[in-house]
Amino acid sequence: MVNKKNLSKYGNHLFLIAFGIVMIYPVLWMISGAFKDNVEILSGSMSLIPENLNLDNFANGWRGFGGITFTTFFKNSLIITVLSTIGTVISSALIAYAFSRVEYKGRKIWFSAMLLTMMLPGQVILIPQYIIYNSLGLVGSIIPLVLPHFFGQAFFIFQMMQFMVSIPKELDESAYMDGCSKYTIFTRIIFPLLKPALITTTIIQFYWKWDDFMGPLIYLNKPESYTVSVALRLFADAGSVTDYGAMFAISTLSLIPVFLIFLFFNKYLTEGISTSGLKG
Amino acid sequence: MNNVEEITPIEEPNANKSMLDKIKAFMNKDNVVGYVFSSPFIIGFLGFALFPMIVSFYYSFTNYNMISQADWIGFGNFTRLFSDARFLKSVRVTLIYVGVSVPVKLIFALFVAYLVTKKIRGVSIYRALFYIPSLIGGSIAVALVWKELFARSGLVNTLMTNVGLSPISWFGNQNMAMVPLILISAWQFGSSMIIFAAGLKDIPTSYYEAAIMDGAKPWQRFVKITLPLLSPIILFNLIMQTISAFMAFTQAFVITGGGPNDATNFYALYVYDQAFTFNNMGYASAMSWIMLVIIAFITFLIFKFSKYWTFYGK
Repeated sequence: MVNKKNLSKYGNHLFLIAFGIVMIYPVLWMISGAFKDNVEILSGSMSLIPENLNLDNFANGWRGFGGITFTTFFKNSLIITVLSTIGTVISSALIAYAFSRVEYKGRKIWFSAMLLTMMLPGQVILIPQYIIYNSLGLVGSIIPLVLPHFFGQAFFIFQMMQFMVSIPKELDESAYMDGCSKYTIFTRIIFPLLKPALITTTIIQFYWKWDDFMGPLIYLNKPESYTVSVALRLFADAGSVTDYGAMFAISTLSLIPVFLIFLFFNKYLTEGISTSGLKG
Repeated sequence: MNNVEEITPIEEPNANKSMLDKIKAFMNKDNVVGYVFSSPFIIGFLGFALFPMIVSFYYSFTNYNMISQADWIGFGNFTRLFSDARFLKSVRVTLIYVGVSVPVKLIFALFVAYLVTKKIRGVSIYRALFYIPSLIGGSIAVALVWKELFARSGLVNTLMTNVGLSPISWFGNQNMAMVPLILISAWQFGSSMIIFAAGLKDIPTSYYEAAIMDGAKPWQRFVKITLPLLSPIILFNLIMQTISAFMAFTQAFVITGGGPNDATNFYALYVYDQAFTFNNMGYASAMSWIMLVIIAFITFLIFKFSKYWTFYGK
């Protein structure tokens, strides 16, 4: 009986490890590709250890395109991502507070509107938004990519509301007795207590925006304003010979911020996903 | 006269103070507080969702290329859609993609979630390992890697020749081009897995203990206990994944470019093409609206039929 139990236990581990290796293999292959030369990559080698360690790929890739280096692309990505993330966190917290802690006329209607936007496919409003930004002369700037984030995002509002349920209402009431207004209750009590939810929102929004491709593809039309994701695709442009080693080197670098966040905030991330069902 | 002079200096600050008090009292009314805090959402909803939708609705009845004035053509765009072979093909390939990739992904997610909720050592490491693809799967970096993995002399073909199969031209064969795209989607089962795992943890172990006492086999326990109790979460994952699969864009755009011969020209790719390659904004708006109707209809169907298989307890 004990042996059988142990056997199935080892079987589980064996399966999970084998499956895990298959799952993670493409990522490891990309990282090792960053150190291989093009001949080795193109030979379809499965090896994860480069024949001879080669660091040229990083320098070659970083040089970028048309005199614009990846320093610029990384800077662009960082600016857009940081601004959008700040906007999302603050606005979503304000809105979540209104929806979950303030009794006001029309609350139910706005709350249902928010739930509707959660189901609304983004592409339905993509084209009219582009037309509107175009008529305002904003295409080519980062405003279309950043501005919408300052008006809350349904997923995060919903997630923060669920978190606020766990903050006892008695705290609000006793603060009110002590002379706090609804505004100071938010700034002094709710917002600080919301910290775990704020961290979850920050990291998820950060990596969504960092990976975002369609937005920058549509709105950024000058190479010097490209983000990393749009610039990366230039490696695979049909018009030129692909430098695979350089492509893998920069691809690897582009994922470093995401990996770092994952390493340090793994706990918040998995909690956030399981409480609000955020898609990844 | 004297009286008036005496009163005014006293009344002046009083009036000011009561004015301030009035503003303060007004600002602290629940109705006002509510609208102050929800104003970002209301502005955003009206300006970034509702207004664009109205604009899009209007343009869907016009011929508009962003340079000349929009021409009202009534239902012209919609009738044209139904005779547009590329459009009909994009609907078909999108439905195939959604119909295959979503169930494959969810079955994977459920199966692995079931394994990683068991009390075995290192569960959190496994969970993190399986979540990494979801974390980075939407990036261009991974799409580029995928493109190389399935290239003619890529890793997958090398592997296939090693085990004695003949290599496949993944991106040159109309019937095969969707396979790498379905695989990259299934590969990202991690976030669904975490949601399933959270749901599995909520199922009381006493149910399983009682079932074991009654001699239920593992497979029976899964079908009779796990599936029914998890069904609301399955429904949630099914709807969210279906909606996002309908909007699949980035990977197909980078990996196959919609080819060969439109075999992976998903709906979102075709909308993008019409809007930003050919500047047919009116036509693209009409397509977006049809997409909304299709997604709403399918979500409705899923909900409608969910009452036959979801279980909300008593």
